[in-house]
Amino acid sequence: MSAPTPTLEVAPVTAKLAPARRLRRSKHRPTWEEDPSVVGLVGKGVVLVLLVLAIVFPLYTVLLTSFSTQAETLRTGGLVVVPGELTVEAYRQILTGGVVTRAAAVSIGITAVGTLLSTVVSVMAAYGLSRPSSLGHRPILFVFLITMFFGAGLIPTYLVVSGLGLINSYWALILPGAVSAFNILILRNFFMGIDAAITDAARVDGAGEWRILARIVLPMSGAVVAVVALFYGVSYFNAFFNAILYINDNDKWPLQLVLRSYVLQGVNLPGAGAQPDTGTSGAVAGLPIKMAVMVLAIIPILVVYPFVQRHFTKGVIFGAIKG
Amino acid sequence: MSTATRPTTPATGSAPTPGAAPARRRPAAPSVPHRKLSLRTRLRRDAPLLVMTLPAVLLLVVFAYVPMLGNIMAFQQYSPYTGFFSSPFVGISNFARVFANPLFLNAVGNTLVITAFQLVFFFPVPILLALLLNSVLSPRLRVFVQSVVYLPHFFSWVLVVTIFQQIFGGAGLISQTLRNNGYSGFDLMTNPDTFLVLITMQSVWKDAGWGIIIFLAALGTVDPALHEAAASDGAGRWRRMWHITLPALRPVIILLLILRLGDSLTVGFEQLILQRGAVGAQVSEVIDTYVYYQGVVYGDWSFAAAAGLVKGLVSLALVLGANKLAHVFGESGVYKRS
Repeated sequence: MSAPTPTLEVAPVTAKLAPARRLRRSKHRPTWEEDPSVVGLVGKGVVLVLLVLAIVFPLYTVLLTSFSTQAETLRTGGLVVVPGELTVEAYRQILTGGVVTRAAAVSIGITAVGTLLSTVVSVMAAYGLSRPSSLGHRPILFVFLITMFFGAGLIPTYLVVSGLGLINSYWALILPGAVSAFNILILRNFFMGIDAAITDAARVDGAGEWRILARIVLPMSGAVVAVVALFYGVSYFNAFFNAILYINDNDKWPLQLVLRSYVLQGVNLPGAGAQPDTGTSGAVAGLPIKMAVMVLAIIPILVVYPFVQRHFTKGVIFGAIKG
Repeated sequence: MSTATRPTTPATGSAPTPGAAPARRRPAAPSVPHRKLSLRTRLRRDAPLLVMTLPAVLLLVVFAYVPMLGNIMAFQQYSPYTGFFSSPFVGISNFARVFANPLFLNAVGNTLVITAFQLVFFFPVPILLALLLNSVLSPRLRVFVQSVVYLPHFFSWVLVVTIFQQIFGGAGLISQTLRNNGYSGFDLMTNPDTFLVLITMQSVWKDAGWGIIIFLAALGTVDPALHEAAASDGAGRWRRMWHITLPALRPVIILLLILRLGDSLTVGFEQLILQRGAVGAQVSEVIDTYVYYQGVVYGDWSFAAAAGLVKGLVSLALVLGANKLAHVFGESGVYKRS
């Protein structure tokens, strides 16, 4: 839809002017707002860059170290910042040695089973409590709310779990924290926001509550359910205190405990190859291996994160602000 | 069957303008007179809903309510061999021991110091970051920064502490770099004097980014017309921030502040237990870790349960009090909901 044949004299002038103006005025800045000062812009830029670097740089150097040779870490005395000799030796060692692989499998298994269980149970409970007139939803809601304000305490909980015979069982990592009242409230809040006309129409058409939940409510709530599932998933994957409490058997350790013992506390990894201790400072020995274990513990989060991240604002804010 | 007009929550319309009194949307009295249904009818109608909540309720009963009852052991001379039911009752002697114990009092002191320190040096960070990020014009840049700063929230404490150890520890990156250039190294991870700074840095790194999400949401509700009007009246950038942006954040700030106060006996359990060994219990022992060591590690079950119960009850009182305070300030508080 261009104007019919602009005269040759005018065209170059506008072409020159337009980019120059766009440089000064961002298309996102409203017309009434004053132009930013150079100092302000530069300051803001510096802060933002530092902010991003503070998070990205440690991850970068950990990743790089995990791909570096042992010799490289000895030369630098610690983490590697400038890429030198690269190798996947560390990964080969931890992925063939039993301990880390096993722990990773345990963590992922618990996360998968736990997240599925928690999400299903929470969605059902949230929907069950979401009808404003349903029988008994108020006292049940109260039962949930109380757990948000009064924790039973570590010791009695421990004794209950052990009384149920769950010590050294993977279920001890799943069941005690399986439902979070907070997540249920987020879901319930969202479900209550769904126009009742839709569900009522389905009811008139003869759909039962289960069918309404599965066919109408769930398809409309993808974002919120995804966010809640992420919350549960992360808490299962990161859980390390429950594992300290309930898992005494080293063979059943999840990844976080392996991380703590072998990476943070520097206990030697059994099975992850003969420790190439070259007689130099012991703290540095095996650093690439340690960093590889860390990377292994980060990867699942990095894999899931991008898919859920865009729902955060939609999903979280909705429930969170209103409690 | 279907009740005529169920009051629907306003799906459309403006989000509640911050600052305005939270209009509790009581369902308007139904225009059609409500026919009272018999309990049997309602039970039959709502049975599926009740069945749906059952698994969650069961889990909570077993893992939250039974342990609450288990707190009875704080009044007993509990021993694993005799169990809850046949352990002798000893009245409040466990509590007397708890309060006479200097280590417990030290743990309480540490808890409060850490909370206070984080309140001053952690709490404002997300607010400042949100203000900064809100002033970034390019949506693409803003989304990018947001997704980066949210990320550490999803890392485990083990991971965060390990990363800090690798950067700030005695054999860490900074120390090594200094040493390679002829300066003396340092070890931030094992220094009790700087422990407060260290754990606050860790908290900021992990959670400050996540904290901005709620402030950004509040900022998103500000009507640009307000800014425009102020600007046309000659208010500069900073004046507008002071008189428009900050008041928009006020309700959220107050709410979170009060929540934090109510939660002040709980400071990062995992974070502290991970680093307790490195800096010593003198500065890092908090109530939670103390309870853990007394009970699970040293086997003084009743004593630890008593200490835990004290903490639980004081926390409960603080939360309820804080919520009350929130109502006084005219905020909606935490639990007062439909």
